[in-house]
Amino acid sequence: MATILEESGFSPDRKLKIVGTNPIKHDGPDKVVGRAKFGADLILPGMLFGKILRSPHPHAVLKSIDISKAEALPGVKSVVTREDFPELPRGTQWGNLSRNIMAREKVFYEGHAVAAVAATSESIAKKALKLIDIEYEVLPHVIDPIEAMKPDAPILHDDLRTKGVEGAEDKPTNVVERLDLAMGDVEKGFAEADVVIEREFDSQPMHQGYIEPQGCVASYGEDGGIEVWCCNQGTHAYRDQIAAILETDSSKIRVSQSEMGGGFGGKVGFYIEPVAIVLSRMARRPVKVVLTRNEVFRSTGPVAATRSRIKMGATKDGRIVAAEAELVFQTGAFTGSMFFNGPMAMFTRYALENIKTVSYEVVSNRPKVAAFRAPCVPQIVFGVEGIVSELADKLGMDPIDFRLKNAAEEGYTTLYGVTFGRIGFVETLEAAKKCDHYTSPVPEGHGRGVAAGFWFNRGGDTTGSLTITPDGSVTILLGTSDVAGSRVSICMMAAEELGVPLDKVRAVLGDSSALGNNRVTAGSRTTFSSGMVIIDSARQAIAELVKRAAEIWDVPEEGVVFGDGYCRPSSSNVGEFEPLSIAEIAAKTSVSHGAISGHSEMNVTGEGPGFGLHIVDVEVDKETGRVDIKRYTVVEDAGKAIHPQQVEGQYQGGAVQGVGWALNEAYVYGEDGRLQNSSFLDYRMPVASDVPMIDTVIVEVPNPKHPYGLRGVGEVPVVPTLGAIGNAIGNAIGVRPQSLPMSPPRLLELIDKVDNNGGNGS
Amino acid sequence: MAEEGYVAPHTVDEVVSLLVEAGGDARVMAGGTDVLVQLHADLIEPGLFVDIKNIPELRTIAAEAGGFRVGAAVTSMELVDHEAFNAAWPGVVEGVALIGSVQVQGRATMGGNLCNASPAADSVPPLIAAQAVAAIVGPGGPREVPVEDIITGPGQTSLDQGEILVSFLFPPRAPHSGDCYMRLTPRTEMDIAVVGAGINLTLDDAGTCVAARVALGAVAPTPLLVAQAADALIGSKVDDAAMAKLATAASSACHAISDKRGTKLYRIKTVGVIARRAAEKALERARKN
Amino acid sequence: MAKKVHVTTTVNGDEHEFLCETSQTLVDVLRGELELTGTKEGCSTGDCGACSVIFDGNLVCSCLVLAIEADGKSIETIEGMADGKELHPLQQKFLELNGLQCGICTPGILIAAKALLQRNPDPTETEIRFWLAGNLCRCTGYDKIIRSVLAAAAEMREG
Repeated sequence: MATILEESGFSPDRKLKIVGTNPIKHDGPDKVVGRAKFGADLILPGMLFGKILRSPHPHAVLKSIDISKAEALPGVKSVVTREDFPELPRGTQWGNLSRNIMAREKVFYEGHAVAAVAATSESIAKKALKLIDIEYEVLPHVIDPIEAMKPDAPILHDDLRTKGVEGAEDKPTNVVERLDLAMGDVEKGFAEADVVIEREFDSQPMHQGYIEPQGCVASYGEDGGIEVWCCNQGTHAYRDQIAAILETDSSKIRVSQSEMGGGFGGKVGFYIEPVAIVLSRMARRPVKVVLTRNEVFRSTGPVAATRSRIKMGATKDGRIVAAEAELVFQTGAFTGSMFFNGPMAMFTRYALENIKTVSYEVVSNRPKVAAFRAPCVPQIVFGVEGIVSELADKLGMDPIDFRLKNAAEEGYTTLYGVTFGRIGFVETLEAAKKCDHYTSPVPEGHGRGVAAGFWFNRGGDTTGSLTITPDGSVTILLGTSDVAGSRVSICMMAAEELGVPLDKVRAVLGDSSALGNNRVTAGSRTTFSSGMVIIDSARQAIAELVKRAAEIWDVPEEGVVFGDGYCRPSSSNVGEFEPLSIAEIAAKTSVSHGAISGHSEMNVTGEGPGFGLHIVDVEVDKETGRVDIKRYTVVEDAGKAIHPQQVEGQYQGGAVQGVGWALNEAYVYGEDGRLQNSSFLDYRMPVASDVPMIDTVIVEVPNPKHPYGLRGVGEVPVVPTLGAIGNAIGNAIGVRPQSLPMSPPRLLELIDKVDNNGGNGS
Repeated sequence: MAEEGYVAPHTVDEVVSLLVEAGGDARVMAGGTDVLVQLHADLIEPGLFVDIKNIPELRTIAAEAGGFRVGAAVTSMELVDHEAFNAAWPGVVEGVALIGSVQVQGRATMGGNLCNASPAADSVPPLIAAQAVAAIVGPGGPREVPVEDIITGPGQTSLDQGEILVSFLFPPRAPHSGDCYMRLTPRTEMDIAVVGAGINLTLDDAGTCVAARVALGAVAPTPLLVAQAADALIGSKVDDAAMAKLATAASSACHAISDKRGTKLYRIKTVGVIARRAAEKALERARKN
Repeated sequence: MAKKVHVTTTVNGDEHEFLCETSQTLVDVLRGELELTGTKEGCSTGDCGACSVIFDGNLVCSCLVLAIEADGKSIETIEGMADGKELHPLQQKFLELNGLQCGICTPGILIAAKALLQRNPDPTETEIRFWLAGNLCRCTGYDKIIRSVLAAAAEMREG
């Protein structure tokens, strides 16, 4: 019900005092002294410790489970299995979710939960797990997505039929869905092309890699009320989904937000909370469950592995005239990869008229995929940006000039039917061309690559409230989780609106009962959307402040204006009054009409798409295939950087996650379908000595639909990484890699091939 | 299920009698950086931890017979910080300084690294190249064993039941000699060697190599002492031709498997490169020494 | 059940006693028995550094130390880093320069950085990067962490 805000958009003339500065974030001090409470940090009286038993097999029928010995172990207070969860229909959203939390008919991946124990100590719980007898009937498994698509592949879900295929045979398959997205006429487009490049690419899953394993404490109350404390990217989504799979009411569940030790999409969905709740219900005591790192790797979502065939054509004068793609996304054991983002975003940033894409989502015997920054986009853009740079090379054009020539601008209608408003892709490319990195010569022996990326940015269901306390300071209640500093950015916008110092404003994260529904913190939506509702709330409060001032002065409301934290007479005709501060008005609320506050509930729209360009210099050791990242610059349109340091942090963090995905991060499965590298030792995320400083250029082309012009900066920074690093390696060794990760053994093989046959140009 | 216990004796004799008494149920713990990981992964379930960090002679670095004696439970960080040892055996220090993070190096020991018996243990190739000798004490008394004879297979050593590794004796440093350890990992730090090479060589006054030892890690079930690779250097001026021969000999010695850390082919290709680079660095040190 | 063992230890200058099982690690006891949850556990295998503490004068991963080893020893955790009202210069610089995002790796990184600056008051960027290689951060890309350490070192040198 936004009223005040919807009429106002970005005002270029507005002078800002707080927005655009770099204050210390309010959650920072507790974090540097160790007082901030994360998922595993809550300790409740009488609390038990829960542990989960997991399948050693990637695919098996769960024939029987005998928990009697575990139940008999002293100190064990509850043991749960599939029998303790409602049986929801197979193949449905809740049926799948429930079966991923606790296996029912079959286990679908190594690490799939099959039982859980709550005991008075962690060591007793671990001992009890070893006393549970399970009879499995082991089935053939399939991990590779292309193998999984074959007609004779082991079938995971015998009730699965492919969506999106007319007249498909009524027989089981691992292909969940086929999605066709197209515009224009690609045949005609390719016929006009002077240069056509077609290549195949593949990518491996990466894990989100948050340093905080999932952790929660659940307490099932005697009246059926459920309290859950956990690290999550959205209390309301957790609450509603828990209600659905435990068949209870949302009103009976209160999900509280701990500080969150990284999520990146991986804590949009849950794994342990329903298990802890059922353990607690049966034990009548609170239960803490914290995953080990090994469990995080074996049972929580990585990103989708992909295979793709991409073809693009351009004319001699540098115009891309057609693009075509066939894409396969591996979703793991259950559907839900959000694969549609891939075809929707892969070419979006170039003003293409002719596009044809066919995408498939495929299940296989590994953990269900979870969201990760720009889900399903970077690994596909890796191929697109490789081809775009290759086209530029073939045409003898500078790679940024070539992108500029094809850049989408305001008025372009995308493959998914949205017409762009004011966007900043051209400005981003121009800033990249001018930046110190790009204008510096490529050092001897290094390779340089660039790549561009796009993300929609998101709005959606959002609520919040803002209250002026009797002393004039301001409290804010937010319903979205803060993954990296949104609280302070939102306080900054509120302080700017109210004309009070930032120190007078504090935000807290409400639990799921405190506010109306909020969509999860995901898709670069939170500072934008929660910011919108809080600005709206602040403006409601200002309207009330004006009303109260008018009453105090006994003048008409039109005779009062608000600015810089004070109500003033709008002109001398109104009367001679000393300005009234917020604190002065607030002090009188108990004798006037009660507290002054605003609250706002919106389905926020008006998100502004984001675009970025990355420049990277690498050095490749041609004898070992090792890559050193020598220099890295992220250029991206933020719309408006509310807190520039935090925006830089998003750019830098995204880039380095991309470095890991590009170079080394991958899952290693044995022939037995078991994961071999479920530790930070062998799952190789970048360490501090692997990367240089990450330079940033914040471009600001304001989003006209937001009062401060902001767009969203969480996703775009990871989108171009893989392509930029691939292009830099290509430039260094003479051939562009087409497989992720671009690990030393793979690169050495490529280098040897180039030495023997010559490359495909750089 | 075994009942767990913990003891931290102050003498080697106490350790030996505890180990004998416990049969196979005791586990010696030095830094614990491998043992605790194995414990929590349920790979081991010892009835007794015998912590050897409180035994003075296992914690000492001392000059002896013109060389050094280093206690088996001296931590990596203590070696890194020992100036005289660094000056004499920089290659050995390079090995210990690659065992995990600085946090791990504050606890990890050469003795533990050797007895954990990983084919990829970073301190072992430079120890072998240095011709270090392990001093062992057991129920049958003391004995001395060249380091290359300790590891017999992945996770297996030639130590008998009840025996404990007490110290390493390093020979005197010859003039014009130098050593180096290098390894190949995808990341700069925090990885297990895909291949590793420890080289120790000695030149005469004319710059001809008169002695060399080449030890390779992660290319076979145990770290290897490769005589053919050393022969490639001995008698040469350690020039390009000798380096090429060294590389070929190192690659030929590679009996690697393909695993999560690298393919067999990749190890064969790169072990020669790493051996050559380590030799170049050892040569540079020998020339300055 | 094996009997628990009684341990007396000093944490951040205060004497503590606790009972532990032999196989319990120091991080288990710090977080569980002593309720000092500022030390974080990210991997339990010594690969992420979130549980870094100073143990008997050495920087260690507290997941790779048995709790029983703490008997008679002195331990310093993140809770002891600030001096009364004053934050340590590292803590202050991490705040000012945004050297933290989610904050889960921050206690371990601060403890590790403090140990570095005690050894080497004037480290180069490269020395800081290699020293902190055992402390994984997934949010920041390390840039602002390194800058925070450099700035704190400079301030501490000036005294």
